[in-house]
Amino acid sequence: MPRIASLTLQDTDTARPIIEAITEDNPGATVHSFPGIVKIDREGSLTVRRESVESRIGRVWDPQELHLSIVSMAGNVDEDDDYFSVAWTN
Amino acid sequence: MNAVAKLGLKQRYSLLTRGLDWEPSYQSKSAIYPYAEFEGIKIHDWSKWEDPFRLTMDAYWKFQAEKERKLYAVLDSFAQNNGQMGLTDARYVNAVKLFLTGVSPLEYQAHRGFAHVGRHIPGVGPRVAAQMQSLDELRHVQTQIHTLSHYNKFFDGLHEFPHMHDRVWYLSVPKSFFDDARTAGPFEYFIAIGFAFEYVLTNLLFVPFMSGAAYNGDLATVTFGFSAQSDESRHMTLGIEVIKFLLEQDPDNLPIVQKWVDKWFWRGHRVLGLVAMMMDYMLPKKIMSWREAWEIYFTEAGGSLFQDLSRYGLRVPKYADVATAEADHISHQNWAVFYQYTHAAGFHTWLPSAEEMDWLSEKYPTTFDKYYRPRFEMWGEMAKEGKRFYNNALPQLCTTCQIPMAYTEPGDPTTISFRHSHYKGDTYHFCSDGCKDIFDNEPEKYSQSWLPVHQIFQGNCGGASVEEVLKWYRLNLGADNLDQAGSPDQAQWDAWMEARRRVAG
Amino acid sequence: MAVVALEKDYADKVEIRDRVENFHGNIVVYLHWEEHLSFCSAVAFPFPPSMPFGALLAEILPTYYGAHPDFAAIDWAAVRWTVDGNDVTPDPEKSLADHGVGHKSLIRFWTPGLHGYRGSFS
Repeated sequence: MPRIASLTLQDTDTARPIIEAITEDNPGATVHSFPGIVKIDREGSLTVRRESVESRIGRVWDPQELHLSIVSMAGNVDEDDDYFSVAWTN
Repeated sequence: MNAVAKLGLKQRYSLLTRGLDWEPSYQSKSAIYPYAEFEGIKIHDWSKWEDPFRLTMDAYWKFQAEKERKLYAVLDSFAQNNGQMGLTDARYVNAVKLFLTGVSPLEYQAHRGFAHVGRHIPGVGPRVAAQMQSLDELRHVQTQIHTLSHYNKFFDGLHEFPHMHDRVWYLSVPKSFFDDARTAGPFEYFIAIGFAFEYVLTNLLFVPFMSGAAYNGDLATVTFGFSAQSDESRHMTLGIEVIKFLLEQDPDNLPIVQKWVDKWFWRGHRVLGLVAMMMDYMLPKKIMSWREAWEIYFTEAGGSLFQDLSRYGLRVPKYADVATAEADHISHQNWAVFYQYTHAAGFHTWLPSAEEMDWLSEKYPTTFDKYYRPRFEMWGEMAKEGKRFYNNALPQLCTTCQIPMAYTEPGDPTTISFRHSHYKGDTYHFCSDGCKDIFDNEPEKYSQSWLPVHQIFQGNCGGASVEEVLKWYRLNLGADNLDQAGSPDQAQWDAWMEARRRVAG
Repeated sequence: MAVVALEKDYADKVEIRDRVENFHGNIVVYLHWEEHLSFCSAVAFPFPPSMPFGALLAEILPTYYGAHPDFAAIDWAAVRWTVDGNDVTPDPEKSLADHGVGHKSLIRFWTPGLHGYRGSFS
């Protein structure tokens, strides 16, 4: 069975550049739209990169700001100053 | 002082959690943490605890304040602009009533539960995380009561929600679920709520249902729902961390943890049957079927999770296969329960329209037309003849989940699944092998179940007649209960829509 | 298996909530008409154990199951009955207790030839 790592974000103006950054930085990610939310799936892992979001919004962005937009996730979390990721390692 | 600014997230987090703990000098650890050992869980080194979300308390306050500002701006705007008039249909409000009376009090229970765990777990990392979760849960119940307060101005059935939660027969299902968790030890509570409920099942509660609220014009519910859910990812991660930590600390923990995972998966599955019914029957505009939600959030997401945890020897919860098979039946069986006991419920019911039945046939091709469509068609014919179908006797309840014993045998949707056990000379009845196993493991606990039907028979619920019991529940007869058609809610909605048509010309 | 509790003698302090003594002389009896799932589950009643089985047949069943279109067509002589899984042949004169019905017993009955609305088990 495929090991789907997943991030679900609100479908809002704040989240859209993050969604864009995720889809561009994670080849093979699929985006499912539901009313009010966007679910991004990818086999194995998904990473949100600080730089990639900052280049879209033109200001400093702390990966912890993800807390304001996240709805759900699947995978083990790793969080640091420059990235936020979910991954299945096993 | 540039040095402070240069600390990385991991260092900051370490200093602001681990760095705050101390070794007791004049009391023993076992006196300070008296609940830490009796469950048999062995912890050798709390410092091995990993916090994947490295949220320090200052950052926590900052982000939570931001969430609250956004949330209350939306709720206020919804109220100011009469958002309730923009709903797809008045029927929708019944889903919100069930959520606010059934689930919101659980947020408060979770607040208390995590406050207790946050006090009694000896490790500093999980203690800080549990404290944050306790505050989150309090925030959730507050946001939901604000929403309830608005809906209560316009719709019936919400006026006595805390009183109802402690008494009404179907609300005893979620209530007893949380009472069960909160009367367990701190580690079991952590696995029950933090892992089994938050990680494995909460997505099914919040994600598709809140998306459904978005689709049905309910800005208030969407907003509290997604604001709560933004904390949920942290809660889920805490849940998975607890389980990994316990399994890594000592091999003797595995059988204890496995038993809890099996128990709480099944308990959660039964409670979520209420949500299944909300999604398939109560949302006027539907977003996905319960079956589809189950496939995404249990089969797929749960599958990956349990594959990940298999390295510790943990297996998929017992009866997960039964629960998956039940996804084809549970929403239909539950709605049938509420349709026939609509006189005793604090929200309204109805029969699915021809169009809705076609949607159900499409989503449940192997079961709906064969087993459930005829049931609704029969009731439709009876209603047309002026003989609306009611069940005038009280249902037999499952001792463990407290739901009417309406579920059928695995593999045979034509026969009720009856299970029973004997304990100290009495017989106890169960809806499933899952519920029977839970009782058999702890009969001392469940032989004390407060079963609403038996309580009525014992004379503890205001009287013997339905009217007396409903008064004791503080339900307003003829307003809160019975069919949506003919209800004061519907009459008011029709008046709003008529006014709108007049204005539109 | 037994409960794992903080208090060592927890099990001895348990008060069983649904002891027969709490039902004012009644026993709880569950009734279920098989293959008619429009009645969503078995139904529960507080009955005196001395109640004749005939009262169940003459009063209880028509009152609570009579709304179903199949009810009028039941051939009562052909009905199969079980009490807690054991086959019984009802004697209307004899009491529930005489039929082996005790506190929290389950009485199930099957009505041959009747399989619910349009044979759908509803």
